[in-house]
Amino acid sequence: MINWFKYSTPSTFYPLAGRLAPWFMLAAIAIGSLGLYIGFFLAPTDAQQGEGYRIIFLHVPVSWMSMFIYLVMAFWAAVGLAFNSRLSAMMARALAPTGAMFTFLSLWTGALWGKPMWGTWWVWDARLTSELILLFLYIGIMALQSAIENARRADKAGALLTLVGVVNIPIIYFSVEWWNTLHQGASVSLTRAPSMATIMLVAMLLVSLAAWMYTISVALIRARCIILERERHSTWVHRLNEKKP
Amino acid sequence: MLEAINLTCVRGERRLFHDLNVHVERGSGLFVQGPNGSGKTTLLRVFGGLTPPCGGAILWNGRPIQLARDDLRRKLLYCGHLIGLKDDLTAIENLVYAAALADEPISNAIAQEALKQSGLYEIADLPVRALSQGQKRRVSLARLCYLRRSFWILDEPLTALDDAAAQWVLDRISRHLNEGGTAIWTSHLPMAVAGSIRTLRIGS
Amino acid sequence: MMQSLGLAATYAVIRRDLGLAMRRKSDALTPVFFFVIVVSLFPLGIGAERDTLRQIAPGIIWVAALLASMLSLNRLFEEDHADGTLEQLMLSTAPLGMLVTGKVIAHWILTGVPLLFVAPLLALQFDLAPASLLTLATSLAIGTPVLSLLGAIGASLTIGLRGGGVLIALLVLPLYVPVLIFGAGAVASVNAGLGAESHFSLLAAALALAAFFSPLATTMALRIALE
Repeated sequence: MINWFKYSTPSTFYPLAGRLAPWFMLAAIAIGSLGLYIGFFLAPTDAQQGEGYRIIFLHVPVSWMSMFIYLVMAFWAAVGLAFNSRLSAMMARALAPTGAMFTFLSLWTGALWGKPMWGTWWVWDARLTSELILLFLYIGIMALQSAIENARRADKAGALLTLVGVVNIPIIYFSVEWWNTLHQGASVSLTRAPSMATIMLVAMLLVSLAAWMYTISVALIRARCIILERERHSTWVHRLNEKKP
Repeated sequence: MLEAINLTCVRGERRLFHDLNVHVERGSGLFVQGPNGSGKTTLLRVFGGLTPPCGGAILWNGRPIQLARDDLRRKLLYCGHLIGLKDDLTAIENLVYAAALADEPISNAIAQEALKQSGLYEIADLPVRALSQGQKRRVSLARLCYLRRSFWILDEPLTALDDAAAQWVLDRISRHLNEGGTAIWTSHLPMAVAGSIRTLRIGS
Repeated sequence: MMQSLGLAATYAVIRRDLGLAMRRKSDALTPVFFFVIVVSLFPLGIGAERDTLRQIAPGIIWVAALLASMLSLNRLFEEDHADGTLEQLMLSTAPLGMLVTGKVIAHWILTGVPLLFVAPLLALQFDLAPASLLTLATSLAIGTPVLSLLGAIGASLTIGLRGGGVLIALLVLPLYVPVLIFGAGAVASVNAGLGAESHFSLLAAALALAAFFSPLATTMALRIALE
């Protein structure tokens, strides 16, 4: 029976993260390749949208991840604030840049999909506009944390902002959705994906899983960097240095 | 009344003090001494419940300070490093507003009386902007005259004060201890206060 | 012992902040002048086509109101923090949430309420109908308190930081989006001849939510900032 609390301090978490990170990255590459292969080569051509629709095998997983990562960040933020735990806060901090990246990718893949379909690079539909605002939320969290010098204050302030954001995201999404129906009527919508054959769903799920593995791997590596930076004066870090030949 | 157990505090990268154990009894005084940057202000903020400690615990009347915050605030008078006055308001207005915000409102008359007792009667109606540093601090310390709080925490109360004013503050603290109050104060200079005083030296 | 609600203390906070603003009148009026200038810039940039102006007026006025409300946010807690009165506020026996609400109310009176009077006047430049003007004022009346409440969260998170003003904007503008959509949407809706009841109910709901959550978040942020 693994005692998870054993790994809840930076000094024990650090080596564990180091061992796990490469495996997650390998899993990400393997699963991702499989998923993309299925999506790009095996899935049937769509009657209406031709080959160009295949970008959704990137767009949909990446959009899911951008939202999912924010929720995970909010979870670690809540744990970090409630229990005053440093490691949870560091995890939330490690996830933010990857979440922002996926949001950014979501916007770009959305644009790449939109251009051949509807002739414009940007469409003010509810999903894309909400993704844009989500990107602003991510950037806000990262900007706030980098503006605060005191590490613990930065952690806590960022955590609080994350939680404020998580409460607001449904409200923002609802309001944008509402605004969209008022102004655009029932016209273009990137959320109306082509009717899904099972194989397409499988491909998207695989790519999503791969993105999640990638996120875990990168977050673990980033968390290690944060730990090293914060704990650089402590004895266990000095001992790490001595072990190296 | 207040007990610190294995207190540890880190400020930025520096560890200010660790495993500090202090017991402050009711009716006693604690004089925290130490050079600049030794963590005196941080320690006082921890005692006042403003800063949580990084390690260890603070007990107020036997209960952890986070749970006893309301009780602590009712009994606490904290004069911090910053003066806590609004430059655009007069001395009297500052005292009246400060009391109102602390939920213990006073009248203009009481504020005037306090300023008179602190020897600041002539400047009572001047905006604080026009006062010297020492006068500002004396206005801020005029609170000691009317606030009925039993637990005083004073951070460097003698800063910028002339000898007469400094003596006034020391007499005030002595009187407070004499009446059964408790006080914790810091200074990087020695302070002669009468009563049951302990000295805590940190940062050496 | 029951903790006092702190109403007297809250009232004192409002009186104090308003009194301080009156002694620095120029500071208090800057957001209003900013509002007027920004709204007047748009026709210069877009062209004075009357139909176009009528259509974009709600959005422009609302965005300008957002920006004007945001301008004074970094002063909400910064001065109190610098002179030590914020610390004393946090040591008060009155609930900090109430005191913070008092400061937000004072902020709204200083930045939001003037807009209620100036905005309809500016809207005349855009040839809005009288019904739309009334809707504009009402939407601002419900919406600007929400802006002050949400802005307080941003202001409390960024106390003492360099680059405060722009950083607050980055944190708070995404949160403002629903208010903007419902507020400007109300006026646009009346412009188009439809009613604005649903917009107003949504704005009112936003106000209720913000009035409940914002003091909580702001007091947490203040405690984090002053640790």
